[in-house]
Amino acid sequence: MSPDDVFKYILGFISGIVVLTLFLMVLELFRYSLPVLSLKFIFGINWNPVVGSEEYGILPYILGTLVTSAIAIFVGVPISLGIAIYLSEMAPNFIRTILSFVIELLAAVPSVIYGLWGLFIFRFWVRDFIEVPLSKHLAFIPIFQGEPFGLDILTAGLILAIMIIPTVSSVSREVLMAVPDSQREAAYSLGATKWEVIRLGVLSYAKSGIVGAAILGLGRAIGETMAVTMVIGNAIGPAALPTSLFKAGQTMASLIANEFNEADPTSLHPNALIGVGLILFVLALTINLLAQLLIWRILKIKEGAVE
Amino acid sequence: MQKYLIRKIKDKIVYAVCLICVIIAIIPLGSILFEVIKNGLPALNSDFFTKGPGPIGESGGGIANSIQGTLILIGLTSLIGIPIGIMSGIYLAEHGNNQFGRIVRLTNNVLMQFPSIVIGIFAYLVIVLPIGSFSPLAGAIALAIIMVPIITRTTEESLKLVPNTLREASMALGIRRWRTTVSIVLVSAKSGVITGIMLSIARVAGETAPLIMTILGSQWFFSGLTEPMDALTLRIWRLSLLPYEYAHTMGWGAALVLIILVLSLNVSARILTRSRYRVKV
Repeated sequence: MSPDDVFKYILGFISGIVVLTLFLMVLELFRYSLPVLSLKFIFGINWNPVVGSEEYGILPYILGTLVTSAIAIFVGVPISLGIAIYLSEMAPNFIRTILSFVIELLAAVPSVIYGLWGLFIFRFWVRDFIEVPLSKHLAFIPIFQGEPFGLDILTAGLILAIMIIPTVSSVSREVLMAVPDSQREAAYSLGATKWEVIRLGVLSYAKSGIVGAAILGLGRAIGETMAVTMVIGNAIGPAALPTSLFKAGQTMASLIANEFNEADPTSLHPNALIGVGLILFVLALTINLLAQLLIWRILKIKEGAVE
Repeated sequence: MQKYLIRKIKDKIVYAVCLICVIIAIIPLGSILFEVIKNGLPALNSDFFTKGPGPIGESGGGIANSIQGTLILIGLTSLIGIPIGIMSGIYLAEHGNNQFGRIVRLTNNVLMQFPSIVIGIFAYLVIVLPIGSFSPLAGAIALAIIMVPIITRTTEESLKLVPNTLREASMALGIRRWRTTVSIVLVSAKSGVITGIMLSIARVAGETAPLIMTILGSQWFFSGLTEPMDALTLRIWRLSLLPYEYAHTMGWGAALVLIILVLSLNVSARILTRSRYRVKV
């Protein structure tokens, strides 16, 4: 074997470590959560770690994760898309450079600092400017019932929306910029205004990539832990069912963060929390693979499918 | 004519809406920076940087042990993560044009967006349980799993920006492929690689969730690889949960230290790449 081959195989072996890690991760999570895995685990709503009367149902936390992520997507994706359109189609060059930089900084802020800001500042904004008016005028709608307090599912969802903006907007911007200029020129030559060019020539072409960006944002939202843990109110058991937006809730990630260190190793409590981790793993893997597939397809078209 | 006017107005409305979206995104960043500086500055004094925390419920003391813990974690994580990341990046850029390369690339992309708390559980299961105690080592391994994909990606992309003519020129001189890769390609792409390293350090320095089940947090300074340790992010979390005014002030102070660390790494990384080979993360 020539030195070149030796070099190549060593590098190949080392780059395989991540693949091995991912495999080992799913195996280990599965092995430890096996004692609690059952339909009752996924569809149960009671959570009781007291030895003797142990009961673990994680439906409220699965729903909590889904509801907060849904709020994040509904609020965060349209805003991100607006930013992406502005940056790729409208902004002058120097503004584009500065703004992209600012949005990258937004992505760089650690999630525990988002949590701190959420707990002491943002929570009051949500309570005073959104929850109080909503509960005054729309309290007949079940999801707006309850005492506006600020530490609840709505605040968690909105903070997630802020946190996914950098990811979603930068990926959508890349996708928009990958749309060939001939698309824009064709629309302009038909006499379209700028918005019509964007709608007909750019957005319709970049659709699948934008969906991919949104799914990537979803992946980020379901796994986000600290910021959510600090503002969601941390309810347990049936109380955590997300029946109203103005109610303390719990997501899968925040449950793990809150209880992992308190779990009694002789009970099934750690296994149950690892089981929650397994479900989170499966969800995150599916979502990320889907997003990669969609984004990769559209970016590849631009590159002329060179491999 | 009427219809043209409506189309024009629509166009302006969309422009305004997009601009509003940009402003909405900037407000949180502005508010976070403002509040962290406003509330954090009063906490900074010499005790804050030289002492560990006092008894819970009594003001005074500092976060020196947390700063130390974060620095130790960064060091250990870099020791594991940087070599692996750079080597897999080189492999993907120079030899990764095959099925195996594609699988590695996909895995890295998936791990880059992966819930960090799940990675923390993994490190708990494979390190903390077998050695029977919380440990900085477990924390470093969890963070390395987060670090490697970032470095791999940036290394691969910056190596790919190096023109092929350089590789060909080197080979024309009879230099071996591996030597070309190490001495010509890697050296030409070094600013991109260093950028990736800095960004990945900024990212792991701000991680909290995987540390909960690996290093646990502690009141004391570093006392060995098999003892619990503290980190800035964990300290911010724990302080924010205490019902005391002084604790919140210290929490903001710790947040100020952390955000200066993370943002300065980010800003200098961006300035560094502006020079030659630009890579997007």
